[in-house]
Amino acid sequence: MKHLLATDGLDAETATAVLDTADELKHTLLGREVKKLPTLRGRTVITLFYENSTRTRVSFEIAGKWMSADVVNVSASSSSVNKGESLRDTALTLAAAGADCVIVRHPASGAAHRLSGWLAEAGTSVVNAGDGTHEHPTQALLDAATLRERLGSLKDRRIAIVGDVVHSRVARSNIHLLHTLGAEVVLVAPPTLLPVGVEKLPVTVSHDLDAELPAVDAVMMLRVQAERMYGGFFPSAREYSISYGLSERRQALLPDHAVVLHPGPMLRGMEIAHAVADSPASAVTEQVRNGVHVRMAVLYHLLASEGAAA
Amino acid sequence: MTLVIKGARPYGEGEPVDVLVEDGVITSIGSVKVPEGAEVLDAAGQVLLPGFVDLHTHLREPGREDTETIDSGSAAAALGGYTAVFAMANTDPVADNALVTDHVWRRGQEVGLVDVHPVGAVTVGLNGAKLAELGTMAKGTAGVRVFSDDGVCVADPLLMRRALEYSTALDAVIAQHAEEPRLTVGAQAHEGEQASRLGYPGWPASAEESIVARDCLLALHANARLHVCHVSTAGTVDVLRWAKDRGTKVSAEVTPHHLLLTDDRLDTYDPVNKVNPPLRTGRDAEKLRAALAEGVVDCVATDHAPHAPQDKDTEWNAARPGMLGLQTALSVVVETMVKTGLLDWRGVARVLSERPAEIGNLPDHGRRIAVGEPANLALVDPDAEWTVRGAELASIAANTPYEGMRLPGVVTATVLRGRITAREGKIR
Repeated sequence: MKHLLATDGLDAETATAVLDTADELKHTLLGREVKKLPTLRGRTVITLFYENSTRTRVSFEIAGKWMSADVVNVSASSSSVNKGESLRDTALTLAAAGADCVIVRHPASGAAHRLSGWLAEAGTSVVNAGDGTHEHPTQALLDAATLRERLGSLKDRRIAIVGDVVHSRVARSNIHLLHTLGAEVVLVAPPTLLPVGVEKLPVTVSHDLDAELPAVDAVMMLRVQAERMYGGFFPSAREYSISYGLSERRQALLPDHAVVLHPGPMLRGMEIAHAVADSPASAVTEQVRNGVHVRMAVLYHLLASEGAAA
Repeated sequence: MTLVIKGARPYGEGEPVDVLVEDGVITSIGSVKVPEGAEVLDAAGQVLLPGFVDLHTHLREPGREDTETIDSGSAAAALGGYTAVFAMANTDPVADNALVTDHVWRRGQEVGLVDVHPVGAVTVGLNGAKLAELGTMAKGTAGVRVFSDDGVCVADPLLMRRALEYSTALDAVIAQHAEEPRLTVGAQAHEGEQASRLGYPGWPASAEESIVARDCLLALHANARLHVCHVSTAGTVDVLRWAKDRGTKVSAEVTPHHLLLTDDRLDTYDPVNKVNPPLRTGRDAEKLRAALAEGVVDCVATDHAPHAPQDKDTEWNAARPGMLGLQTALSVVVETMVKTGLLDWRGVARVLSERPAEIGNLPDHGRRIAVGEPANLALVDPDAEWTVRGAELASIAANTPYEGMRLPGVVTATVLRGRITAREGKIR
């Protein structure tokens, strides 16, 4: 694996290898006082974030540091980007400075792919940490890791992805990865928050959350991305909450074993009830914890395990 | 100045003939004895067509001479078989007054490779708020007959109505970039399966179709001439057919890239494929080709849009929309329309020359190849192929989506008023 740009096209074997490595890393570090492995000593990892982020950037930073990589954080607001430097020039600068891997978050869909092209000559790996409304592959991998822990195999499991699908890179990455790993995905959202041509994706579509909940093994709530919205995608937060929020009443419709996920940050009270978010069914904290191990595994497969996967 | 074109087949039909051109006018067709001192174009096996006319060119001068100038753009046009081009108004400063339009016209004359006809802006500064001085531009040296805010739709229906009404007194046409702006906020690609998969905010087909429908109704109401720029959707073809059947004075153009390319190319994430309106689906392209063959879409226009590397070799959202078109248009038309049997060479003359000249009101271009007609001509080798290399094109910019592609049909010579402007890929 040279880059991790998307889950669309990521084969089951590679995805499973990353998840297995994450699992192994998690158990290796379990109970250790000093969480440090020498695996990536001497490697330089740069996080290049053009959008605000806490959990993803910190997660990657910790992942790199636990693997003994030198991690440098660059945020657009405090770099030459602020002076109008293009993404291409910034990328070439980072490669010239010796980056082995650039982890990029960018508001433009496809930015990570473009970056990988510009960095091809330098041999620098690229990890997509979220590009526009396209993909966020490590989020999908950490979601899958969390679901595997709770449910075992994902084969033939039914997962509902609920809410703002159209603006969600998390949803896109999850749709592809969950399908690849054998799960069945149902999207539950108002028509305005579903992508055009959604029927061509490997999913079923529903507008009735109540009807879907009793038959799912997990429900993945999405963040309503108000910052990407214009022109009234739904009438009001209240109506959205009534129709698509995961309330305590709705949670009661879920099977006992069902897992509740949310990529965060959560809009409590609107997307998900406070009590549901903190309930035993909720795996939100585990998602964050697993995120570090999954990102360690991704860095391992990119930087430490030449030829580990194609 | 005397020119003899030896052994060409006008419109690719009949036996080869010689064409004698004297002082810019065709004076004899048949077997011609070469007069002393005459220049000779050996055109054996080649198709002779009226010189092409592009209703939709961006020459970028004034304002972005780093990407194209009237000089370089004229050269690209001549090499592409064009004898006249309409230079769009979205320059800097905007061509919304006679000072700018007359300047563009004069520069075109000075360069002398093609007739450069400036398009005047419909509204001041292309801002859609106030009509530009259409009459002044029409009565100026340039004699502007096509007005457009291209790149920006005249979205206000009342302003569009007024523009259409006002233009009737000027024997002019209002050319509209049909894009309902509220439906395309943030749009980056054709709204459909591909854009959804890649996470690009969608540019819905209905944003074009709804404006075309509205404008056709307004043009019918005002008895004015409307020209629809770069039609891109199957639905727009239906609207145009309906409007024409009702007697609307509406014409329409399609770009070569909308005939050949589809949103499948978005998979590369390369903004060389970013264009406005966006590349649509295969079904749209198929319907556009059929509509062009049938005449529901009147002509091909390039929307030649040169851009600097820093405006294209970037992430998709940051990239400017547009692609080069002048030197590849004929080949793409051959690939999509001639090789498929949708058009013969007479049809090619109609869509690349005759109809655009009529729409743009150019009496000396797009004429029949006949004695007494002005010698604005293009010679095409129908059997030759070439490989497109952006860096080798005459434009300053190199943003061609056909890089490395092998295309059929080579323009071997272009003649403007009896003078060879381009021959064997070189400017004369």
